[in-house]
Amino acid sequence: MKPDAPQPLTLTQTWWLLATGLAAFVPLVPHVPIWLAGLTGAIFVWRAALVWWHQSLPTRWVLVLVTVAGAAGVFLEYRTLFGQRAGVALLLIFLALKQLEARIPRDGLAIIFLAYFLTLTQFFEDQSIPIAATMLATLTVATAALAALTDARISPLPLLRRAGVMLLQAVPFMLILFVLFPRVNGPLWGLPSDAYSGLTGLSDSMTPGSINNLIQSDAIAFRAKFEGEVPPRQQMYWRGPVLSRLKDRTWLPGLIRPAQIDYVPAPGSPSYRYTITLEAHNRPWLFALELPSTLPPNAFSTADFQLHAKKPVRERLRYALESHAEVMQGAEDDFVLSLARQLPAGLSPRTQALGERWANEGGNDTQRLQRAIEFLRQQRLTYTLQPPLMGQHVADEFLFDHKRGFCEHFASAFVILMRAADVPARVVTGYQGGERNPVDDTWVIRQSDAHAWAEVWLETQGWVRVDPTATSAPARIEQNLAAAVPAGEPLPMLARAGFDWLKDLRFRWWAVNNAWNQWVLGYDMQRQRDFLQKLGMASPDWRKMIVWLAVLCGTVLLALTAAMLWRRPPADPALRQWQRFCRRLARRGLARYEWEGPDAYAQRLVAALPAKAPEISRIARLYAGLRYGRLEPLALEELRRYVAAFKP
Amino acid sequence: MAPSVSAPPYNALTGVLTAAEQIILGKPQQLRLAFACLLARGHLLIEDLPGVGKTTLAHTLARLLGLDFQRIQFTSDMLPADILGISVFDRERSSFRFHPGPIFTQVVLADEINRATPKAQSALLEAMEERQVTVDGETRPLPEPFFVIATQNPTHQIGTFPLPESQLDRFLMRIALGYPDRDAERALLEGRDRRALLADIQPVLDPAGLVAAQAQVRQIHVAPPLIDYVQDLVAHTRHAATWQHGLSPRAGLGLLAAARAWALLAGRDHVLPEDVQTVLPTVATHRLQVPGGAIESRAPEDVARLLIEAVPLP
Repeated sequence: MKPDAPQPLTLTQTWWLLATGLAAFVPLVPHVPIWLAGLTGAIFVWRAALVWWHQSLPTRWVLVLVTVAGAAGVFLEYRTLFGQRAGVALLLIFLALKQLEARIPRDGLAIIFLAYFLTLTQFFEDQSIPIAATMLATLTVATAALAALTDARISPLPLLRRAGVMLLQAVPFMLILFVLFPRVNGPLWGLPSDAYSGLTGLSDSMTPGSINNLIQSDAIAFRAKFEGEVPPRQQMYWRGPVLSRLKDRTWLPGLIRPAQIDYVPAPGSPSYRYTITLEAHNRPWLFALELPSTLPPNAFSTADFQLHAKKPVRERLRYALESHAEVMQGAEDDFVLSLARQLPAGLSPRTQALGERWANEGGNDTQRLQRAIEFLRQQRLTYTLQPPLMGQHVADEFLFDHKRGFCEHFASAFVILMRAADVPARVVTGYQGGERNPVDDTWVIRQSDAHAWAEVWLETQGWVRVDPTATSAPARIEQNLAAAVPAGEPLPMLARAGFDWLKDLRFRWWAVNNAWNQWVLGYDMQRQRDFLQKLGMASPDWRKMIVWLAVLCGTVLLALTAAMLWRRPPADPALRQWQRFCRRLARRGLARYEWEGPDAYAQRLVAALPAKAPEISRIARLYAGLRYGRLEPLALEELRRYVAAFKP
Repeated sequence: MAPSVSAPPYNALTGVLTAAEQIILGKPQQLRLAFACLLARGHLLIEDLPGVGKTTLAHTLARLLGLDFQRIQFTSDMLPADILGISVFDRERSSFRFHPGPIFTQVVLADEINRATPKAQSALLEAMEERQVTVDGETRPLPEPFFVIATQNPTHQIGTFPLPESQLDRFLMRIALGYPDRDAERALLEGRDRRALLADIQPVLDPAGLVAAQAQVRQIHVAPPLIDYVQDLVAHTRHAATWQHGLSPRAGLGLLAAARAWALLAGRDHVLPEDVQTVLPTVATHRLQVPGGAIESRAPEDVARLLIEAVPLP
């Protein structure tokens, strides 16, 4: 055998590589097609079986066949071999197949580096804390496998410990890079556009049942953190899409176009300053407490007072706002008002007839509004998450027949009534209320807080919010969903009462998640700039960051190296003198080899410095006698004297 | 042991070496190692090609120390009884009588030990370790001092049974003689027959003196840092990936004993790391294996260098 031929992988190393492959593969299983997960898993099982029964690896053409089949499958699935998802799928197949041709450590390295890369791709799909934890686990296993490649004899636990120590040593560099690496404007985790199809949120149209579906979801819509005063819960109307046009059973938005904010805070009205962290929902609208007087960057206000971003919100977005409970506004645009009066003929005739009767009876708009509210109260409507199926004339059936409905029924029927009574009205959708997390004092607003209410135009007051749901189910507004729904109806999990300890745990978990979102995932250009400024860096730019990055990494590297090289001065005084002597000679370029004994070293020195032969021999003899022989400690003084006098 | 006999003077020890160098030309280092091995009460394995003077070396040492000498030529049809001895029925006394084998002597030259079958080999190796022989249920002690010098042909030669690692471990040292250099060979060619020379030489030391010298070896001082060093060396062979198997505790003991003997021959009363490093190639390399078996192709000194340079002095 050639001495330099690469050693074949040992059994232990093979198992480690298999474990690395699995650790990289398993977290990705939910994100790849089932057939691909099956194929990859089968290859892993195949490899494990070969190892277990000591069979030889398959021949090359089998591998070629499987590779081609896998690549073809990926192409059929994604219609491309490039791009993020197809790329990850291909790499997974390669990762598995490489196991089947791993013979020497170099193959092992390929597997490990592939696993490192695939670890990164876990973050493409999900950037939550649990995913970060599984990434760390994958990283540890891969690093342990790397250590196993260099020394096959170490048992698993010490290897994992070694990998852990290595990762710990990397932590300072990770932190420095995270804080200082210049951020580009945009999300760090850019996703392809097909990634957003599954996002939930309020839509820009409302048919009976649309909010009802949404409300079953516990997903977080956004978080809000107030600075200073917090409005009472029943005043927390988070305004979203405003729906002015009614077409058959469907409410649609009015004209979306930028408009000036044409209202001013009413004197004495409380104002609230808060920051919203909006989850990606793939729609352009932003949510704000009614009614905001400021605009987030890259956003505009529409004529019906909703906030719109210029692009759909595809990553978590933070913005600060100020809102006012009461505003004063001037004259309303005729077009907006005409939209708020439009009513398809023949739709819900009984409701329309009732409204028309009120209009004919006279009285001003405020009186007609009062009549409508009074009417709703008298009808003894029931708030339910499970309304009966309704036909074409939803408002009629709701108001006069079933009398059971959900907020969208209330809002929709009320707006139809008001429009029939010749009072401009429109539906406003959004969220109502929210849940305060006592741990970090943020409000969490979930999809289950979705709500629909109404606005009417009164000549004297402008647009006035009317929540018809509140008239029949005040508990929905004053407390929460669980209180408003009759007992026994299914509720979204997190809206249920009870489980206090669970709730407490949840609050803590949300707080941790929020911090993670704000500080790790949301650490963008702006945050980085603010944070560095807070640390004392004047006007941070990327050049300064790079310089600091290099300086800090270098410092840590030096510190780690110094810690490694630093040794405690030896306890033996003779050894200390000897090392002094050796250091002096090292400066002359005659350093002692670490393994060199005193006698051998002295001989080498004498050959190099014949003039100093007597001193060198004497010092070496004294030291050897003190350290290895039975020389009296008295000789130590002598050694010290000779070493002190010695000048190479 | 004979504590009444005082230890031989230092020049008696060097005298042995000087006298031996008259017979074995140009190999002072190997002679010194072989003598140190004897002083450390270890057995010696000489591995080399036929005709380089293995037998002469063994014979010379025995003569100079005034020891009984027996030579056993190992062959493939050899039986344990050929080495240990056999009980034969004595008709006159109506009982079995033990006829001691050639092993009952002070210096045994086991020539070409790897030509014998493992069965015969193990009979010898057991005697080496126990310093006694058990035949027919009766245990007989071997003389004191007892010293085996085995010679071995390189294992790649035809018709050899290589010694297993467990047996190799019983030899304190393995040395190779190698060809003599040009001057030594010329002196050899010009001089008298070595065998005739051998017959003429007089013992420099007697067996009691040798036993006393062996006791003196055990008195050589070993300081704690030196034990640290030996431990570090042994630990390195056990943990570093360079080696397939680490050194055994017996090897560690042997290393220390050989280093002590070497220090005595150097006229010192304590062991220096250099002593350990000097005896290391002969003490350690036949017990070490490099993964892949590539060790066979490397000189013992190179293998020992690998180890020495990997372990800093504590």
